[in-house]
Amino acid sequence: MQLSGISIYIPILFFIVFSGIVAKLMLSLGRIWRPQNQYSEKTSPYECGMEPEGEAWERVVPRYYIYAMLFLAFDVEALFLFVWAIVFDRIGMFAFIEMILFIAILLVGLFYAWAKGALDWRY
Amino acid sequence: MIPVLIAIFKVIVVFSVLIGVAAVITYMERKVLGRMQVRHGHMRVGWHGILQPIADAIKLMGKEIIVPEKADRKLFLLAPVITMICAAIPFAAIPWGAEQIYRIIDINIGLIYILAASSLGVFGVVIAGWASNSKYPLMGALRGVSQTISYELPLVLSLVGPLMLAGSLNMWKMVNSQQTGGTWFVFLQPIAFICFLLAGTAETQRLPFDMLEDEGSLVTGFYTEYSGMAFSIFALAEYINIILIGVVAAIAFMGGWLRPFPSVAFLSFLDVVPPFIWLLSKSLLFAFFVIWLRGTLPRVRYDQLMYFGWKVLLPLTLLNILLTGFYKMFHLSGGMLLVYYAATLITTVICLAFCTKRFYKFQQA
Repeated sequence: MQLSGISIYIPILFFIVFSGIVAKLMLSLGRIWRPQNQYSEKTSPYECGMEPEGEAWERVVPRYYIYAMLFLAFDVEALFLFVWAIVFDRIGMFAFIEMILFIAILLVGLFYAWAKGALDWRY
Repeated sequence: MIPVLIAIFKVIVVFSVLIGVAAVITYMERKVLGRMQVRHGHMRVGWHGILQPIADAIKLMGKEIIVPEKADRKLFLLAPVITMICAAIPFAAIPWGAEQIYRIIDINIGLIYILAASSLGVFGVVIAGWASNSKYPLMGALRGVSQTISYELPLVLSLVGPLMLAGSLNMWKMVNSQQTGGTWFVFLQPIAFICFLLAGTAETQRLPFDMLEDEGSLVTGFYTEYSGMAFSIFALAEYINIILIGVVAAIAFMGGWLRPFPSVAFLSFLDVVPPFIWLLSKSLLFAFFVIWLRGTLPRVRYDQLMYFGWKVLLPLTLLNILLTGFYKMFHLSGGMLLVYYAATLITTVICLAFCTKRFYKFQQA
């Protein structure tokens, strides 16, 4: 007897529920004996002993977004490569040359970003 | 109803084993690091300190969980739970042996599912860093996301090589093709294996690539504000991630649950050991590798980290895909196979030499 159809994914749901419950239990079980003594010096944001200045929810460096955009382009590429790699045996030389072209175009993109300095971390 | 009950049972067993093995790795890490620094590690609790993980768990449960006053309280307490879930769900698609009983779900897109589910772990980091409303966690979270998505690419692309040899995304078929082929894929894909190990180390946020919890500049990064059990859930999830990367490395490159030399007949007495023990011990081998790196190498700088991911590992993995394509296309054997091996080896050596030189130059500058 086995699960079939869409129901084979049910164990993933069990995993989510079970690990969530365990994590929640680990967080809340100690409440029975752990101390609860919070005052404003203790609950202020940690800044190595200094008085915290302002909020942390502020603007951040845009360099992170450039990496995110590059990541999106290459991650979609990786997904195409996965599909290609599985059927590689069956479609032969044509697909191989096509994929060399595909990788070459993406490498040109990578080298363009490289030459433009998008991959260099500047302060 | 019965299959559902069996599935629940399997999930509970796998999850308990994961937590147990993670505890073993924490013990192993401190013992191995101690030996590398010519000291004993902990010796007090039990024989050679073997009960230390249990003592730690009890102690951490008794510690107060401090929520910062400016934090988003709900998200702050939700982040560890999300991290734990994202660390655990990839194991649903991992087969622990050849028989049906060792598989929880048997899906054809197993590898893509595992990669997708494991990359969800970023959400835990982001939410923890953002909800703390403190500066060090925020910076740690930003660095963490940027690093994790950067090293995701070499991690994913280095698996395309073994995929081409196996011809299936199903984890079970991947090991099967290593059994019928008679050799582990690590011998056919040395570049991919090295890239996978390095990218996996960065992906699990371990030294020398642990920029998001860099205590020299960020206190402890994205979980600076967490204490007690909330903190230890992040640590536990990190160790579960190490097990995951180790298991995927074992299945894709090191023959999964197969014994060493699967086609040599006179070693068949090794089959006495159950398959999941082989898989777990190969995974612990990766854990040892990670601890070894931690004991040996100093932490890299952030620009070096980005440099290494985008300019060394990514082109190297793309090159490996092309080389594997040649290997499959022209059915290399004999002399040509030697040429292929020489080409892969020379490329690896040149690239690694190049990047060590660049690192050295960086450090002088």
